[in-house]
Amino acid sequence: MLRFILTRVSLVIPTFLGITFLTFILIRLVPGDPIEVRVGERGIAPERLAALRHELGLDQSLWQQFLDYVGNVLSGDFGLSLVTHNSVLSEFITLFPATLELALCAMLFATLVGLPAGILAAVKRGSLFDHGVMGASLTGYSMPIFWWGLLLILFFSVALGWTPVSGRLDLVYYVEPVTGFMLIDTLMAGDYEAFRSALSHLILPTIVLGTVPLAVVARMTRSAMLEVLGEDYIRTARAKGLADGRVIGMHALRNALIPVVTVIGLQVGTLLGGAILTETIFSWPGVGKWLIESINRRDYPALQGGVLLIATSVILVNLLVDVLYGVLNPRIRHAR
Amino acid sequence: MSAEISTNAEPAVKVSRPPHPLTEFWYHFKQNKGALGGLVVIALIALIAVFAGVIAPHNPDIQYRDAILTPPVWQEGGSWSYILGTDDIGRDMLSRLMYGARLSMMIGLIVVTLSLAVGLGLGLVAGFFGGMADVLIMRAMDILLALPSLLLAVVVAAILGPGLVNAMLAVSVVVIPHYARLTRAAVLAEVNKDYVVASRVAGAGPLRLMLIVVLPNCVAPLIVQATLGFSTAILDAAALGFLGLGAQPPTPEWGTMLASSLQFLQRAPWVVTWPGIAILVTVLAFNLLGDGLRDALDPKLKR
Repeated sequence: MLRFILTRVSLVIPTFLGITFLTFILIRLVPGDPIEVRVGERGIAPERLAALRHELGLDQSLWQQFLDYVGNVLSGDFGLSLVTHNSVLSEFITLFPATLELALCAMLFATLVGLPAGILAAVKRGSLFDHGVMGASLTGYSMPIFWWGLLLILFFSVALGWTPVSGRLDLVYYVEPVTGFMLIDTLMAGDYEAFRSALSHLILPTIVLGTVPLAVVARMTRSAMLEVLGEDYIRTARAKGLADGRVIGMHALRNALIPVVTVIGLQVGTLLGGAILTETIFSWPGVGKWLIESINRRDYPALQGGVLLIATSVILVNLLVDVLYGVLNPRIRHAR
Repeated sequence: MSAEISTNAEPAVKVSRPPHPLTEFWYHFKQNKGALGGLVVIALIALIAVFAGVIAPHNPDIQYRDAILTPPVWQEGGSWSYILGTDDIGRDMLSRLMYGARLSMMIGLIVVTLSLAVGLGLGLVAGFFGGMADVLIMRAMDILLALPSLLLAVVVAAILGPGLVNAMLAVSVVVIPHYARLTRAAVLAEVNKDYVVASRVAGAGPLRLMLIVVLPNCVAPLIVQATLGFSTAILDAAALGFLGLGAQPPTPEWGTMLASSLQFLQRAPWVVTWPGIAILVTVLAFNLLGDGLRDALDPKLKR
């Protein structure tokens, strides 16, 4: 078991180094010298320029600069934002729970709707319901989610006035951030009005971000179920006179869930980065919106650190899924 | 050849000859009504894109100052000269959408060609030579895949600077690993088969083996992926346009059109509705076609 986990962890290290290298190189591709960009039109004395270059390590070889960068990153130094002069890491940590909360809710929504829909579609294969689910899921998969979000805002927030348009919480409420998850924090503070407000802010972004995973989960569940339903052991179970519900729930679903769980797990990672559009539309104060703002403000250290941190969290989530999967399914653990 | 013999032999020949692969493919493909529908829609959009200059009722960039935010024709205040209405500075929506179709088809074509060419090359080299080349290429692909695709596209577009060309480059980079992986897997499945060994023994060089012997047997999954790649490319380029990192106004790219008229969402919903529907329909058509192609080309799924 330990060996399995260690192998998986060791496989992640080159990927992490590769991403560090990628972000390091990408920032070097930005046109213009970082110091000249910072001093702007005023110009700078050559000695001062040399001193600054030395201070920032820009006079060293690219290789040495990269090693320094990796060293900094490993000790938790992701640089300072050019705009706020705060540490990139601390900005990221304050914003990350908002993104995580949204991503988890979206995944929960996708699973709770997609799983039953996929199962039913497979059981009633060829029926009107099946065609409906497949059509809807293909449409969801093809949806430009920025437009989908706007339509939902137009309908539910503007026309019906049911949900707020943007943000995480109405301004009249203040809740001490403990976990950073608004739903949990408001409950811990015992403020149920604030909880309701947080929930109503969460609904539309959850649906928008969850649309694509919902489509993926429904399709995946359906095809996995169809495959399992054709197996011999299902025929055996039916032949020995088990009720339909028991055959589908106990015998088929358990085996069909294996690929579905993987897909769900891997989608969480994608959602962390995919939240960029959703967060922008709903002014959700998470890392995706922060990243776009950093781009617009040409805050390259924030962009560099932010991308690296998001990528790292995606890798870690995927690693976690991988390991959990091995724990749950002995066949994976012992293969290779 | 005498007449008697040919009449006797003909039925036997007819029975034993397998259908041409294309005939067989078309037989399976046309079973799938969704895929056929997708194909028709794509053909229509392609026609619109090609003939946009002829069929568009107005110049997409001309601002009709006396017709700002005219609603579509079936709403009160609409007019037949602007069937789908006008935007916030009086440009005809229908004409802009038609020119946008041109851009979207071009984006899809360029992105797919570019990423397919690079991914195919990398995958062929990795699968064919194995060893160090394989490890290096596939590790690099894994790194690109570890990043969420839109995040990577956003970063590349931000570094290169906003613009349509850079957005296309960014989207292409993001999808290269998919083609590389598919090609490598297909090559690995083929490379030890008897016919490849036979041509190797017969003295075929590596280039001939790669491109003429092995490649034609690997195209089926690539065709499917390329079709689905059109939809990803159009969707991602529109998303970049929406974020302000893609095509810049006044280019009539659908995502950019959506973003630039965002503040009129409540007053004039049509300026936001039409570009979105255009994106959705196009992407949906390509996904339908891709699914149909997969079913028709994948022998394992054939009934």
